[in-house]
Amino acid sequence: MSHINDGCTIMFGGFGGIGTPPTIIKAILESGKKDFTLIGNDTGFPTIGIGPLVAEGRVRRIITSHIGSNPIAGKLMTEGKLEVEFCPQGTLAERIRAGGVGLSGVLLDVGLNTVVEKGKAIIEVNGNRCMIETALTADVSIVYAQKSDTYGNLVYDKSARNTNPLVAMAGDVTFVEVEEIVEKGSINPEEVVTPGCFVDGVIQGEGVYWKWVWE
Amino acid sequence: MGMGIDTRNLMAKRAAQEVKDGMVVNLGIGIPSLVPNHLPSNMNVMFHAENGVLGMGPSPEVGKEDGNLCNAGGYPVSIIAGASYFDSAIAFAIIRRGLVDLTILGALQVSQNGDLANWIVPGKRVPGMGGAIDLAQKAKRVIVVMNHTNKDGSSKIVKSCSLPLTAKGCVHLIITELAVMEVAEEGLRLLEIMKPYTLEDVLKLTDAEILIDKEIAFME
Repeated sequence: MSHINDGCTIMFGGFGGIGTPPTIIKAILESGKKDFTLIGNDTGFPTIGIGPLVAEGRVRRIITSHIGSNPIAGKLMTEGKLEVEFCPQGTLAERIRAGGVGLSGVLLDVGLNTVVEKGKAIIEVNGNRCMIETALTADVSIVYAQKSDTYGNLVYDKSARNTNPLVAMAGDVTFVEVEEIVEKGSINPEEVVTPGCFVDGVIQGEGVYWKWVWE
Repeated sequence: MGMGIDTRNLMAKRAAQEVKDGMVVNLGIGIPSLVPNHLPSNMNVMFHAENGVLGMGPSPEVGKEDGNLCNAGGYPVSIIAGASYFDSAIAFAIIRRGLVDLTILGALQVSQNGDLANWIVPGKRVPGMGGAIDLAQKAKRVIVVMNHTNKDGSSKIVKSCSLPLTAKGCVHLIITELAVMEVAEEGLRLLEIMKPYTLEDVLKLTDAEILIDKEIAFME
């Protein structure tokens, strides 16, 4: 928790709360820290994923693609208590990936001729108009994976992978919550999705404490 | 205009006719998610989800759900033989590279030239675009399934969208509880009318120029 400070930028893995690290979120909630800038796919649901952090008013600004499943986020935005920068989902993934792989940005035409292009630098490449979409990084990335070895090599679980491998690369420091920690050498190198050098810390998760929307 | 389950299923059933063997298909939430229920079981279709699944199957039985295997709406799914998992960057690579043959999604407004608005009502509802802009702009074929009118009775099919756009000129086919229309070069062409509605109903409830130059089929 020593890396999570008031006003810091936190990038989180997950999609609709699935693949968002529950034990780390709980620890941030209990820390009382606030004024965060968040970067992530969506604002989860009010009691699921990143949702409670937003619902408790601990977030000043968020760069995301969707807030519809968390009505409190919309309410805070309308009241001027939460600044939201919307970004098309695939573009957001590429901006995070760009940050994670050491690029300054990416060139995209998704959202040309809509409000997405507002304020963006536009260039022509091979006859195609593109926007310069800037890379995103964060002070801290929080990630959920199925398994880590003691070096931090990560393997994910089904659709809980989603943005996690991208987010794992884009943090100045990256903390991962896993279901299982195994010895070095017990994950087949061919199956590693995120190489351990991107990972600064791994904690054993305590499992999901929220109820899913379908439960 | 009540939207009972029968009406929703009628629209989903009609949309299912547009799904062909071998396609990669992405479905939006709501009525589009009912489409697979109306497909023959022997049809080879790969359903794609923005959160990183290609090859989604039906909802699992109650009690057999896996919290880590869900669709983009957060609801549990299963997978079929040949399925794959991947991260969000690859999920959208599949979309941007034009590998999604068909997307079926909901809308707030569609214009007669196929402009789509479906992510924001400024000052009222601001859910965000999610993957809708990527899909609308890049899928090979875009089908909108929606109510014909708003709650106040105003038409959702319009001459020109008043809401912020998701993508320009992207819609190919519109399916409502009243009618099926295609966006053609020549204009918005009426193809089918859902019984018991009549041509007069469709004309009265549509605030766009409609081209009627083909024999209209009546669907039940």
